[in-house]
Amino acid sequence: MEYAVVCEHVYKKFGDYNVLNDLSIKIPKGKITSILGFSGAGKSTLLKHILGLMHPSEGELIVLGKKPSEMNTLELREFRTLFGMVFQYAALFDSMNTFDNVAFPLKEFTNLTKSQIKIKVEELLISVGLNSESFLKLPSELSGGMRKRVGLARALALSPKIMLYDEPTTGLDPITTKMVNDLIKETSDKNKHNELTSIIISHDVQATLKISDYIAFLEKGTIVEYLAVEEFVKSQNPTIRQFLDLSF
Amino acid sequence: MFLKNNIEKLGALVLQTVAGLGVFSDFCLKVFYWSFKSPFRHALLLEQIVFVGNKSLFIILLTSLFSGMVFAYQTYMGFSMIDADSLIGPVVAISIAKELAPVFTGLVVAGRCGAAMAAQIGSMKVTEQIDALEVMGINSIQYLAAPRVWASAFALPLLSGIFMLIGNVGSYFVGTVLLDIDPVTYFSKVSEFLDIENILEGLIKAHVFGIIISLIGTYQGFHVVGGAEGVGRATNMAVVWGMVVVLILDFFLTSILVQLLGTA
Repeated sequence: MEYAVVCEHVYKKFGDYNVLNDLSIKIPKGKITSILGFSGAGKSTLLKHILGLMHPSEGELIVLGKKPSEMNTLELREFRTLFGMVFQYAALFDSMNTFDNVAFPLKEFTNLTKSQIKIKVEELLISVGLNSESFLKLPSELSGGMRKRVGLARALALSPKIMLYDEPTTGLDPITTKMVNDLIKETSDKNKHNELTSIIISHDVQATLKISDYIAFLEKGTIVEYLAVEEFVKSQNPTIRQFLDLSF
Repeated sequence: MFLKNNIEKLGALVLQTVAGLGVFSDFCLKVFYWSFKSPFRHALLLEQIVFVGNKSLFIILLTSLFSGMVFAYQTYMGFSMIDADSLIGPVVAISIAKELAPVFTGLVVAGRCGAAMAAQIGSMKVTEQIDALEVMGINSIQYLAAPRVWASAFALPLLSGIFMLIGNVGSYFVGTVLLDIDPVTYFSKVSEFLDIENILEGLIKAHVFGIIISLIGTYQGFHVVGGAEGVGRATNMAVVWGMVVVLILDFFLTSILVQLLGTA
């Protein structure tokens, strides 16, 4: 099996406190892996390490065969184009309309002409279920679900190798939650040929069980369990049992 | 005990201030470093010049016109007592060029644009838009702070120049129309005493004020902590510090520029 992310005994220290504490995980390519854990367990810190926004204090982190900690600024800029990230509240640029939000990475990182960008953006927006009426709307004029769709379209714009979802369903109603989950699954399935790896950071156990191939449980900066989803639900780890039982 | 507590508080305040200055200096260095790295975003720079310059124009016109008029009137009150009314023109012109134009422009821009910069960037920070930029591989300081700083550095001297012109128009109107000073005398005295160095001094000050006001505004935006309340606090700090620093810096700049340009 090929791996998109390999963490070997990673530590991240802030002062005397280890946010990541001997963390080891191998995330396979082309699969959906969810990372569950309590607030403050180190999930977001792990995400920042994968993106090269933070580097380990100790240990080795290899992402898509490269070590982000050894890259210079320009290499990191190139490296980050391999990622698409969907934020909890979509993080759309509020001064830009839907179209411009999705066009932004294309304008920044490609040499496509205006007409090519227009075609690509329209394709992306339609692929996430948005119609042309919403193309010129500002983020403030969109519903939470629509904002998530735009965020996903923007994240997919540069055909990433790894999609990162930060709490994609937190705070959404059940219908929108289902829509977002279906969208994550659909995106992964549509990009199977590209071996698109999806990493979901979440508290939402029910949602992650439905769409994930693998689930890791992070506690106090350490991966305490990392199993295929069918195995994970049978885990006898007391913390995970409590986490699972309280979620149903 | 009382003394010990107060010394501890003072010590903590000093440490906090020094640490804060360190973080601010580091931010300034990063802005300058990223300003000279490609890609150069000319469209963003132009957009910010329009925001800082064009959109501040009306308030600058209003402020300069009435400042010039009031200053001419007040100067007349004093000068008429010693029969030196004819010197109103040059006194007002030199004061506007050296002090009123750069300082008033700085204060207006600190209030209008410094606050807006802190609010815009601060709200981007709390809604993860800055994280989104970084994740895409775009340096947020280069994208958000550098164009604002250089736009202000460019726009403030322009605004200050307009302030000088309109302020003198106001002063001329009060002097010649309301206070019956002969227009020819007014002009001849202004051209006799007002040097290009006086104007240059004001423009250099405005340039420095533009840089510092925008650095403070963007710094406050980037360092917002908390949600909407944090954005409000940052906006407030951007205005307060922007204005205070303009006034303090004015003294030191005056001391240096007077020596350099020989405008004493």
